[in-house]
Amino acid sequence: MQKELWKGNEAIAEAAVRAGCKAYFGYPITPQNEIPEYMSVRMPQAGGVFLQAESEVAAINMVYGAAAAGVRAMTSSSSPGISLKQEGISYLIGAELPAVIINMMRGGPGLGTIQAGQSDYFQATRSPGHGDGHMIVLAPASIQEAADLVAEAFDLADIYRNPVMILADGMIGQMMEPIVWREKKPVELPKKDWAATGREADGKTHFVTSLRLQSAQNELFNQELMDKYQLMTQQEIRWEAHDCEDAQIIIVAYGTTARICQSAARKLRQEGIRAGVFRPISLWPYPYEALRALAAQSAVQSVLTVEMSLGQMVEDVRLALGGLKPTPFYGRTGGMIPETDQVADQVRQILQEVKA
Amino acid sequence: MSKIVYQRSPGLKDVETHYCPGCHHGIVHKLIAEVLTEMDLLDSAVGVCPVGCSVLAGDYFNCDFIEAAHGRAPAVATGVKRTHPQLPVFTYQGDGDLASIGAAEIMHAAMRGEKFTTIFINNAIYGMTGGQMAPTTLEGQKSTTSQSGRDRALHGLPVRMAELLSTLDGMAYAERVCVADIPNLNKAKRAIKKAFTLQQEGIGFTFIEVLSTCPTNWGMSPVESGQWVKSTMSQYYPLGVIKDVEVPA
Repeated sequence: MQKELWKGNEAIAEAAVRAGCKAYFGYPITPQNEIPEYMSVRMPQAGGVFLQAESEVAAINMVYGAAAAGVRAMTSSSSPGISLKQEGISYLIGAELPAVIINMMRGGPGLGTIQAGQSDYFQATRSPGHGDGHMIVLAPASIQEAADLVAEAFDLADIYRNPVMILADGMIGQMMEPIVWREKKPVELPKKDWAATGREADGKTHFVTSLRLQSAQNELFNQELMDKYQLMTQQEIRWEAHDCEDAQIIIVAYGTTARICQSAARKLRQEGIRAGVFRPISLWPYPYEALRALAAQSAVQSVLTVEMSLGQMVEDVRLALGGLKPTPFYGRTGGMIPETDQVADQVRQILQEVKA
Repeated sequence: MSKIVYQRSPGLKDVETHYCPGCHHGIVHKLIAEVLTEMDLLDSAVGVCPVGCSVLAGDYFNCDFIEAAHGRAPAVATGVKRTHPQLPVFTYQGDGDLASIGAAEIMHAAMRGEKFTTIFINNAIYGMTGGQMAPTTLEGQKSTTSQSGRDRALHGLPVRMAELLSTLDGMAYAERVCVADIPNLNKAKRAIKKAFTLQQEGIGFTFIEVLSTCPTNWGMSPVESGQWVKSTMSQYYPLGVIKDVEVPA
């Protein structure tokens, strides 16, 4: 198959079109503007709908409407805009509607910066909106993986009737890399017999709602949601391990940061330091068991977490390890990107402390 | 031989509503249901209900419904109508929902000339949450958050949404009606029917504002409430056609 050079944001948009996305609603915000720009041209060509909404709030609610009417729908934004979309995400979860949301993260808090960040991890994995709710969160580390995961995200959203988030840092959106458009394996999807597109032949009406006024009924619904989340936890965990078999130190990182850490690990190996990298791809559900099993190897002296934040995913690493091994943290934040040498220095320092 | 002179519209489900005695929601529901039935749209119509007293409207109408977040019904309806242009789509929104928290969404739907219909229930108060001041609460009108009456120095004067939205080119047809007596009720039904007809013709955004009652939170009897709509509310919110785009034949 032929390789093509694609910019991350445009590859994500094209992947959505190829996955059968028929409605895109968005609002301008850096560093994801190429997604709505590309969609404004491409969606009409593909027989779909593009609309620039008046706000992030409106965009996610347009997605809610299209999804409620049975259409594959997507929106994209970056950190401050995702905060605005959280209301709609909660309603999507509550009404059990499928949708794909792209967060091309930038440094926060507040208006922050337009440079890459990873400080929306808590927001995505702990509290996508008010109420008990979760969404599958997938974190690509390359343009190829971003395109592949977008295609998968639409299927996962339909299968579980739940929003799915692609949580990428701004570098994924702005970088160009060669990719291959892979044929997606067809997946058997449930019928959308709940969609509000007019009554059925027998007169049965559809009412898409997240309101359950009877508390007992609402508790029951929440328990059903929890069953769904447990199923996701059993079936949708994704991760990669690089050179962890003999590692004396495991670096845990996701997205672009994981690639920086892989460069650092290669450099350290040349010095005789056996470093490996564990890269969670699904941030929710999180690969706790896989990480714990690797960290439990007797050779592993320490498990270092590196993020473009001041320490968010590291909490999941600590949950996974439960005190099994030391879990130091290194982070750059506010739009700053950790450098290979900085990560390598951290590792050298940690191993020296272990020795001492 | 007996014959049926009046019966529940097939556009409504055979259920009791939760609306208070004297509230006009039930009457407006009935008029919409009759219009959808007469226009043979019950099989294809998709309604979007708001947050407010009519949050459960989807349980009462005999057509498909989507419950939106507070104020977002026009955005939700946009998502439905843009992806299914053949379906008749309408939002049903109260004044807190439409004129306050959802002011941006209704404004931009009208601006874009979205081809759905909005039924706007203006009862000058927040009903479901217990009678707080709305953007439509009249000057001097008492509410649980304006207990000495709405003060223009503090809150400004109420907003006339039909007039405001009619300044936008995307608005094809806007009319303000009430259902406080039979002649007005008949006018209201004609207005609703015209709005759905224009929608079916793809003309543009259509908007019916219904001056409505809230006896519970107004502290009036149902009869007094209906009279207050005619004597007081309609003074500030004049009834009639606000905008009607003439379409060249």
